[in-house]
Amino acid sequence: MTELKSSIDFTKIDKILSDYGYEKTNLITVLQKVQEVYKFLPEDAITYIGDKIEGLSPATVLGVATFYAQFSLEPKGKYEIKVCDGTACHVRGSLPVLEAIKEKLPMENGKMTTKDGLFSVETVSCLGACGLAPVVVINEKVYPQMTPEAITLIIDTLMKEEGR
Amino acid sequence: MTDSDKKTLFINDIEVEFDKEKTILEVAKKAGIEIPTFCYRPDLTQFGACRMCVVEIEKRGIQASCTMPPEAGLRVYTNTKKVRKIRKTILELLLARHDRECTMCSKSGSCELQKYSQEYGVTNISFEKIKEEDLLPIDTSSYSIQRDMNKCILCGACVRACHEFQGLGVLDFYNRGYKAKVQTMANKNMFDVDCVNCGQCASVCPTGALTVKSNIDCVYDFLGDREIKTAIQFAPSVRVALGEMFGLKAGENSVKKMYAAARKLGFDLVFDTNFSADLTIMEEANEFVQRVVKNENLPIFTSCCPAWVRYMELKHPDMLNHLSTAKSPQEMLSSTIKEFVPKFYEGVTKENLKVVSVMPCSAKKYEAKREELNGQTDVVLTTVEFAKMIQAEGIDFKNLKEEEANSPFGGYSGGATIFGASGGVAEAAVRTAYNMITGKDLENLDIVPLRGVDAASRSKEAVLDIQGKKVKIRVVSTLIEAEKAVREVKEGKADFQMLEVMACPGGCINGAGQPISCKDSKIKEERMEGLYKEDKSLPIRNSHDNPEIKKLYKEFLETPGSKLAHHLLHTTYSDKRKGSYLDLK
Repeated sequence: MTELKSSIDFTKIDKILSDYGYEKTNLITVLQKVQEVYKFLPEDAITYIGDKIEGLSPATVLGVATFYAQFSLEPKGKYEIKVCDGTACHVRGSLPVLEAIKEKLPMENGKMTTKDGLFSVETVSCLGACGLAPVVVINEKVYPQMTPEAITLIIDTLMKEEGR
Repeated sequence: MTDSDKKTLFINDIEVEFDKEKTILEVAKKAGIEIPTFCYRPDLTQFGACRMCVVEIEKRGIQASCTMPPEAGLRVYTNTKKVRKIRKTILELLLARHDRECTMCSKSGSCELQKYSQEYGVTNISFEKIKEEDLLPIDTSSYSIQRDMNKCILCGACVRACHEFQGLGVLDFYNRGYKAKVQTMANKNMFDVDCVNCGQCASVCPTGALTVKSNIDCVYDFLGDREIKTAIQFAPSVRVALGEMFGLKAGENSVKKMYAAARKLGFDLVFDTNFSADLTIMEEANEFVQRVVKNENLPIFTSCCPAWVRYMELKHPDMLNHLSTAKSPQEMLSSTIKEFVPKFYEGVTKENLKVVSVMPCSAKKYEAKREELNGQTDVVLTTVEFAKMIQAEGIDFKNLKEEEANSPFGGYSGGATIFGASGGVAEAAVRTAYNMITGKDLENLDIVPLRGVDAASRSKEAVLDIQGKKVKIRVVSTLIEAEKAVREVKEGKADFQMLEVMACPGGCINGAGQPISCKDSKIKEERMEGLYKEDKSLPIRNSHDNPEIKKLYKEFLETPGSKLAHHLLHTTYSDKRKGSYLDLK
């Protein structure tokens, strides 16, 4: 067999694919499992899955991966910041909170992760915690009733912990 | 069926009967009313994306006619004030995100977006044009297809064509909502993905987003150069489609006007790919017979279709031994012309001779660039490009005086002409193989089970009795059907000895280089009938009876499969995997 030059370990993906029977209908689950391994969906993994599942192509798998907000094509940071921008959070001022984060963590145009790979930022739709609006979730921890000042303080603390 | 079983509905207050029609749109068409559409293509699944086909239905409101099934008693109105207003708004919204430089678009004149915009009187678009700096780059990497996503209206016809005809899925939707685009994997160039160049994506595209690349300029350069001698050749299926561009009916054979037009355009020598289709049959039938005798590399796969050959090289490089080594008719004729024309025609040398071919096909443009073939074909034009040259020259095609092709290399048999329809190559090959084995001709030359170009005929078979030996032939069109056949071979389940594959549904008559035929499934049937009609009417119907072919073998090539024949008329294949995980760097 041709030697593969990818940085991706295809045996891990093969395991996931065989767990789900190489079935077209299981594509989303397969992508979720692969994302659990890598924290994002590497392009080579998408190509591999598109080649291996009958009836799919790399372009189609990429289409599915970009259709759903749950999938990410770029590596996420150590701290995944999710700013809720559902209706309640929005009217209670989620956007100023987001702006404060962006100011604190400058990112290249179009990117969602800082250069050092420490933080990634995204907005999400309703988290179901409207009573606590506006809400920010960092990794699994929920921060209620955020203000620009409060979120800046939280990020400062996290940075200090990381020695920055 | 009794009268009471009849189901009817009303279209614009006219009672219309319906039976097997699946949608209101089809019923309307039957009643002679063409509803505008972008995404509806009868040979693809219904999609309901563009909403241009909306109609007003009493008590049901506004509905998309391409997805709405007919019901008895419905009262449908196809052109009310409300419907017109909606369609006009749809057009304006589509145009808002569209590069509107129509005069510089190769689709201008045959673009559906342009056509409907005129018909619906879109004279003012309240949205700003896309800024120059926001335009996406145009992908010209492929030899066959140009991709300009600034013209895409997201109708998804190309996506469906690539999936449903070829099973390849080279193109698909990316992202969603406002950011949605149609693109290749990671937006790579078409050249760098596993595209087979069949061009079906371009042939179903309603706008100029996907078009077959044009090489007209190069041909004008040759014609304008006095030092250069130009030879032209025409593929079988061109003769029954070219006329459509000049108001002739689909399937009407305009071969002799076509020759005349070529001479008027300034081509020095007019040949016919049909001649080399006969030559292909001699070589391929001989190869088939040899393989049957030796019982090796069976089933034999035909090799006329460059998209299919590329598919094999991309997807099944371990099975290339099944492909016939015979070059395609285009390449056989180019090689033959370059080799022998200087011997027959004064003032022509190998160096000053340029060969232009007119093909129904976008993949032939790629084939001409294959390294193995050494650039024998200098330029490939599509049927549509050739028609455009005739139009630009101001030639009154319909009233042209008929002319003959040059001889040798212009005469052909009926077996050659049917190459243009799916099943034709196999039929012609069987006629000749039968003769090679038995020394006699088939009693009935028509092998009817191998004919047909509708959706149900994409895979067909015939069994022949040759001296007590049963020979089974499988004919497929579309690569999704080809894949099924290849798998049977791989799994050792195949019971056929010959496999003919054409990548386009129905064969070359429905190729991407032909005038638009994606809106009406009947067009390809009419073109097919045109070819079988010519086959029936020709005095010579077997390739091995073509006197020019006999002469070529007698004087130069000796026998099919001889050393010289192999050198001139056969080629090689290799693993060309691309865009697969095996190709990752």
